[in-house]
Amino acid sequence: MNLVATVLSGAPIQFPSISYSSILPEVVFVGAAVLSMLLVAVLGQRDQTYGYTGLGVAAALFGGIWSYHLSQNVNARGAYAVVGGSLAVDGFSTFFMILTSVGVLITLLLAEAYLYKVSHRGPEFVALTLLSATGAMLMESAYDLLVLFIGLEILSISLYVMVSYTTSRRVSKESAFKYFILGGFASALFLYGLALVYGSTGSTNLGNIAAFLSKNTLTSNGVLLAGMVLILGGLGFKVAVVPFQFWTPDVYQGAPTSVTGFMSGVVKAAGFAALLRVFYFAFNTLRADWQPVLEIVAILTLLVGAVLAVVQSDAKRTLAYSSINHAGFILLGLYVASAASIGDSLYYLFAYTVMSSGTFGAISMIAHLEGRTEGTLSLADLRGIGRKYPKIALTLAILLLAQAGAPFTIGFLAKFSVLSSVVEAHHYVIAVIAMVSVVIAAVLYLRVTLSMYTPLTKDAEIDRVSTDPEISLGAVAVRVDEDTDLKVDAKVPVAAGLAMGLSVAMTVGFGLYASPLVQFASKAFLLR
Amino acid sequence: MLSLLPYVVGLPLGGFIVLLFFGRRLGRPGAGVIGSLTVGAAFVLSVFVYIGLLSRPSGTRVYVDRLYTWFAAGSLHVNVSLYLDPLSMTMVLFVTGVAFLIHVYSIGYMSHDDRFHQFFVYLNLFVFSMLVLVVGGSIPLTFLGWEGVGTCSYFLIAFWFERPSAASAGKKAFIINRIGDAGFLLGAFMVYKYFGSLSYSHILSHTAGTSHEVATWISLLFFVAAVGKSAQIPLFVWLVDAMEGPTPVSALIHAATMVTAGVFLMARLNPFLALSKTTSMIVAVVGVATALLGATAATSQSDIKKVLAYSTVSQLGFMFLGIGTGAYVAAIFLMVTHAFYKALLFLGAGSVIHGMHDEQDLKKMGALRRFMPVTSVTFVVGWLSIAGVPPFSGFWSKGDVLDAAYVKSPFLWVVAIVAALLTAYYMGRETYLTFYGPSRWSTDEREEHKPHESPKVMTIPLVVLAALAVLGGALNLPFGVKLEFLSKWLAPVFAVSPPPPHVSTSLELILGAVDTLVALGGVGLATSLWRSRWVQPSLEPRVLQKAYYIDSIYDKAFAVSGTKLALETNDVVDRKVIDGAVRAVTAIVAGVGVYARKLQSGYVRSYALAVSLGVVVLLGYMLTRASG
Repeated sequence: MNLVATVLSGAPIQFPSISYSSILPEVVFVGAAVLSMLLVAVLGQRDQTYGYTGLGVAAALFGGIWSYHLSQNVNARGAYAVVGGSLAVDGFSTFFMILTSVGVLITLLLAEAYLYKVSHRGPEFVALTLLSATGAMLMESAYDLLVLFIGLEILSISLYVMVSYTTSRRVSKESAFKYFILGGFASALFLYGLALVYGSTGSTNLGNIAAFLSKNTLTSNGVLLAGMVLILGGLGFKVAVVPFQFWTPDVYQGAPTSVTGFMSGVVKAAGFAALLRVFYFAFNTLRADWQPVLEIVAILTLLVGAVLAVVQSDAKRTLAYSSINHAGFILLGLYVASAASIGDSLYYLFAYTVMSSGTFGAISMIAHLEGRTEGTLSLADLRGIGRKYPKIALTLAILLLAQAGAPFTIGFLAKFSVLSSVVEAHHYVIAVIAMVSVVIAAVLYLRVTLSMYTPLTKDAEIDRVSTDPEISLGAVAVRVDEDTDLKVDAKVPVAAGLAMGLSVAMTVGFGLYASPLVQFASKAFLLR
Repeated sequence: MLSLLPYVVGLPLGGFIVLLFFGRRLGRPGAGVIGSLTVGAAFVLSVFVYIGLLSRPSGTRVYVDRLYTWFAAGSLHVNVSLYLDPLSMTMVLFVTGVAFLIHVYSIGYMSHDDRFHQFFVYLNLFVFSMLVLVVGGSIPLTFLGWEGVGTCSYFLIAFWFERPSAASAGKKAFIINRIGDAGFLLGAFMVYKYFGSLSYSHILSHTAGTSHEVATWISLLFFVAAVGKSAQIPLFVWLVDAMEGPTPVSALIHAATMVTAGVFLMARLNPFLALSKTTSMIVAVVGVATALLGATAATSQSDIKKVLAYSTVSQLGFMFLGIGTGAYVAAIFLMVTHAFYKALLFLGAGSVIHGMHDEQDLKKMGALRRFMPVTSVTFVVGWLSIAGVPPFSGFWSKGDVLDAAYVKSPFLWVVAIVAALLTAYYMGRETYLTFYGPSRWSTDEREEHKPHESPKVMTIPLVVLAALAVLGGALNLPFGVKLEFLSKWLAPVFAVSPPPPHVSTSLELILGAVDTLVALGGVGLATSLWRSRWVQPSLEPRVLQKAYYIDSIYDKAFAVSGTKLALETNDVVDRKVIDGAVRAVTAIVAGVGVYARKLQSGYVRSYALAVSLGVVVLLGYMLTRASG
């Protein structure tokens, strides 16, 4: 139907009815983003970032609570599609929306704590984060490939700006530019794949695609399979699986650390949500075709992430590779493709988002307190941190051990449940490979943890004092309270303390009392 | 009221967390007060829980509180639950009660220490771990508590880590306990293999029909754990060194509570022991041998705390003798009364050390009763209790164990009675050397350096413990069923086991008389030998001072060769094998890295190329699968 002709003919346009309560989190996020930009235009207050952060935090809290409310609705009444069948409201989407809200919350708090000290102040970062998260939420609930693409673009375009947010720094701009070009490339792949799938199934609606594929057998399915691979490439770029992972270390290192946390949590979750929904639901009947591909991709992702993480020297690059390793685990859940294993992937994503945003938060605080600029904190700089900043070091130690899979943390159950699903499906070789990758990666986590608690030699400490006036203040403080006891680091801003505290509390809390989250993830069903 | 149980366990944990974060700010005595209050409140709550359990009819007094499911993956459900029966209730009551008194005492004892608040951090964590150990609903939870108390013990022994001896004593305790832990874990694996579950409510109701062999192995493995934790032959050496810790720690952990965990574990798993005569016999023999070894070594020590340390080793031996002869109730009875009088003696010794400005050598004391009236009177009460003089509590509890040993085997009884005689003697020796005879400390020092009585915050716990040491026997008086309260109360726990050895009334009277004579004999012997003398080398042979050189032998056999082995291992295994492997891996990774670095060039064009190649490879694969 030609839209222009319809409008000209004067006939009423049929808009789909919209259930606003079902998309309220997205609406609130966009509304808060617009409102913050309007406020700065009217009030002209750029320096008081608390207000904008507060607005964003309130939106994130609301988004999380409302999504939980929606999930309860879904539990009671069943899943449904809204906006003309283009968005799904199901256990799956609400789970991811809660996850996104948590990620946004931590990101905004960390940005408030330090980003504005190295970059210009104002509401833009809050607005961009909220808009990017809106894109993430659209990807997570998209029931139509086109809507999925729109979500992907909303997410990406805001993100390109966020990566370059510390405009004064060359490395930040460089990594943003890289991410932009490669991201455009990936979007093109996705769009091409979308076109091929539409061409062979006659629809972009996931429900229709699934129904079409289950009813019909294509005599010639090359186009469809090619479209599927291209979609895998487009989304695989966002979640950073091999061979689409090359940008990750460069961009993670160059981006402001709170943005890196956002990318490793919210963005990755959105990409995986789309991958899971498209492959496990729409392409379910093609399982025999995509499972072997995912098998190879997952194995390579696990190993590349773990091995290259160990040989890095920069803190953020190391964590970038470790995030690739984690992505391999999440992919394993999709590879097994049972109802339980999808739940395991969801749980893993939640766990990883919580752990990684806190980890990047701690890293950013250390870099800030040590007076380092973005992307120049090496692992050697972490030596002796345990004495200098005991609170932050403890946070980092807990989160790293959790990422390694230590018991009584959220990370243990995440790895345990994915592996048990893999074993239950009798893929023993892959389970062994995954375990080996855990062991390799553990070397890294333990090494960093140990070096934090290895005291600096006196000479080295004095060297640092004499060379850097800013650090000498910190060193004096260390001398005064040279004590193994825990104490409040006066220099940690409240917002950062909140963010890291939230991250640690969830990491340990859900590790000790795991059932609610495990149940929640395992019941996050897809709309069929 | 039973639902209060989680709070009993939770309160010390809460205290621990509060002290961990705010301990420094609370300062002194604030941190100590908070620590004491949480444990005291836990005791009060446990009394309510006790009333709740008591109000149930006997035989149904088992309360399982499934706190939550840690996680459930497929068929594997891992629950965190509490298991309360008369046995664990008894433990909870005396652990919280004694711990409260020792907390209060520590406020005074540690008042001059720089890390006052940290002491209470550990102490509260210890009480929490101990409670988890006794009320944990499954073997893993018990193990968690078991390791928790071990870790706290390690921290507290090495609390004054500036002293090398304290640091090495902490390490020793830690390492020796690892041997026991291996037994614990192997035992747990065996239980899981044969019962498919690790929760007590399942295991304890399914022991019937277990083969003798399985029961023997399970009980023996757990006995290995108990030998480590409760300092029995051959692993007792760490307990003596553990005296490097502050005295309240010795009283709480190394006398009253943690070291009795092994006895508790044996009692908890009594159905297995009941099925295995072999293990029972081994337990009894090890117990009685340890009782004698500890008692003889205690006669020749000159450090006020080391006497008590060997005495604890010996008394724990008596408890295992009770366990081994099937007299479980008697063992628990002895455990409770021992907690009272041994805590009293340790705290008394601490009061002396405090008053003497950190002097621990018995030979440099004497005549202290004039300066420390409360301490000396309560100490004498403790002595008479442990000696087994009627009507003090030790008479009743040790009497029960001795009676059971007599019925089981006169040989065990003879050895035990000798140990009992020595007990009365060595404690008398210590009492006389400390509080009587001429003063052997220099008198010409200034006034403030004179011995002084400890403050009320320390003496009041002494008085309370002394009262308990006198009256504790009332828990289980052998005058008719009505007065045998503890036996009745604990009967359901040991229902599966055969009834304890029966002792006829006349025999009981005769044995009681013998016990009394032995106790009085020991007291008399000590009085005549040590009333006014303090140097008698013939009575303190070097072999006993060194506890038969067992520790030195271990040192030579294991520690020295172990260190050597460790050094050589370091040389061969670490340098060559592990480092070699690491270097090999690094070399491989570096080799791979050369290529990887070419890929990871930093150029957008090469990244885009990699993505394109990846897609092309995947497309190529898909085309092989495409139909038509």
